[in-house]
Amino acid sequence: MRWLALRTLTVLGCLAALAVVSKLLSANLDTYVFLVVIQCGVAMTLAASLNLINGITGQFSIGHAGFYAAGAYVGAAWTVLWQPIVVRHVPLLQLGAPVGDTLTLLIAIVVGAAAAAVAGVVVGLPSLRLRGDYLAIVTLGFGEVIRVVILNIDAVGGARGLTGIPTLVGSGDLAFFWVFGLVLAVVALSRNLMRTTRGLTWLAVREDEIAADAMGVDTTRVKVSAFVVGSAFAGVAGVMYAHYFTSISPDVFGMDMSIIITTMVVLGGTGSVSGSLLAAIVLTALPEFLRFMQDYRMVIFSTMLVVVMLTRPQGMFGHGEISFAKLKQLFGRRAAGGAKP
Amino acid sequence: MSLLELRGVTRRFGGLAAVSNITAHVDTGELVGLIGPNGAGKTTLFNLLTGVYAPSEGAVVFDGRDTRGMRPCRIAALGIARTFQNIRLFRELTALQNVKVAVNLRARASLFSAVIDTMGQRADDARLEALARECLTAMGLEHVGDNRSCDLPYGLQRRLEISRALATRPKLLLLDEPAAGMNPFEKQDLMQLIRTVQTTFNVTVLLIEHDMKVVMGICKRIYVLDYGQLIAEGTPAEIRANPKVIAAYLGEETI
Ligand SMILES: Nc1ncnc2c1ncn2[C@@H]1O[C@H](COP(=O)(O)OP(=O)(O)O)[C@@H](O)[C@H]1O
Ligand SMILES: [Mg+2]
Repeated sequence: MRWLALRTLTVLGCLAALAVVSKLLSANLDTYVFLVVIQCGVAMTLAASLNLINGITGQFSIGHAGFYAAGAYVGAAWTVLWQPIVVRHVPLLQLGAPVGDTLTLLIAIVVGAAAAAVAGVVVGLPSLRLRGDYLAIVTLGFGEVIRVVILNIDAVGGARGLTGIPTLVGSGDLAFFWVFGLVLAVVALSRNLMRTTRGLTWLAVREDEIAADAMGVDTTRVKVSAFVVGSAFAGVAGVMYAHYFTSISPDVFGMDMSIIITTMVVLGGTGSVSGSLLAAIVLTALPEFLRFMQDYRMVIFSTMLVVVMLTRPQGMFGHGEISFAKLKQLFGRRAAGGAKP
Repeated sequence: MSLLELRGVTRRFGGLAAVSNITAHVDTGELVGLIGPNGAGKTTLFNLLTGVYAPSEGAVVFDGRDTRGMRPCRIAALGIARTFQNIRLFRELTALQNVKVAVNLRARASLFSAVIDTMGQRADDARLEALARECLTAMGLEHVGDNRSCDLPYGLQRRLEISRALATRPKLLLLDEPAAGMNPFEKQDLMQLIRTVQTTFNVTVLLIEHDMKVVMGICKRIYVLDYGQLIAEGTPAEIRANPKVIAAYLGEETI
């Protein structure tokens, strides 16, 4: 029970700190910079969630934008289309702005996550039979299928997209709170998976499926779980995007988005959570900050990617993580090396 | 009653019967040897026992249960563990983590509680870690627990495979050429160790070994496979005197 109290305190503490930082940032940061920060948070969630499937469990899925789209559209559809109907029929739910909005957003998160998770199961099932490049093609194809289906649903705007989504994330200066709360959640989950004995089974599937199976690991269950959890987080990232930017359209979730998310995971070092996060920041922020170079920026950006992959084919961090111990070791060694004659 | 019973087990790959109509048994507490020239079907037989392949004909009965149609993870849970002839460790994981994966069969906490890191799961994790370390120590690997398994020397990798298999708490342990590539001294050491863990872990062992001398040294009962067929069964002395066995091994090596 003491543990429960402690855990509750930690979580509440984190949330409070996030809320304070959120208020401070939105008050002090330049609007454009703040927007880039939020984009980074969404990208970090996408990268870390794909890392669960791709890096930790070793299922080479590259159609992550599909789950992102499923979450964004179903979450937004709830807020724009279904929520008003529900509220009209249930007077009890006609709450004031802060409470009512928060409730609406929370429900959007749940339905967005659920929709993406269902899509995750559908894509996860072929992963039971397919490996490597075959799986990659199927997942990429499925991501496109989701986009094309959305393109043909008039109720959510078809090719025009869905606009006029209330700024449930953006209002009340809590955008940073919501988006980075989500980042914290997916990072905590990944960390616990890699640290605990139960979670090691996911890494075992990546390392050697036949051996894992022989040691009693239910590889089917692990793979489907990875797809469900990874896609659910991508779905929530979609909900955040929709309720911050207030409009979504199918072309946001195209194949190029899928490829950028995959690049983040590969660039960061497949399996490395901190690597994925850092790569997400770099790949999101860099094109923005290179804007002054106009047409050349994409050339420079692509060149940098090529250089990184040539010099570090295992990604920036390989399977490893950034840690203070490692940094200390690195600088310690430098210092010791410098002291020698 | 036998712990393991094979009833006319056959496995065909296209036209080739890699394992052909084998009837055999292993009783609780035994250390049985399985020998035969290269390509005789020994590894295929292990794959049939562990559910990697399904028998084309016949049945495998383990602990009173017909294992037909069961997935390998289910059979592992029933109590059959194995090592691989071509080492199959979780290469990027440490030695301890390798063993921990296998110890999951004895986990009580759910994956969900692991993910949200509850108190109950922490206690369970501590218990599982102790079990895993016990298995490492049994194979003399307690000092290399934190090394990446692919960085370990070859001999230790083979030991780690056994350690990992033991971690599932098997009733039956299948060892596929655990001493392959070792020199005679290392082989003797390993066989000694296998005999020790057999008693400490109270496990029944079926051992594939290419080197007849080694098997003769520790097994009281031996099966001989050749071209997928069971050509002999008996004590080391009987096997040594069996003309069929001598013919099968003729030109291979001295018995
Ligand atoms: N998956 C498979 N497909 C086709 N043939 C196989 C397969 N597995 C084994 N075999 C064949 O079965 C025979 C027995 O092989 P194996 O069991 O590995 O022999 P051993 O372990 O006794 O050396 C060999 O001829 C081998 O080529
Ligand atoms: Mg073999």
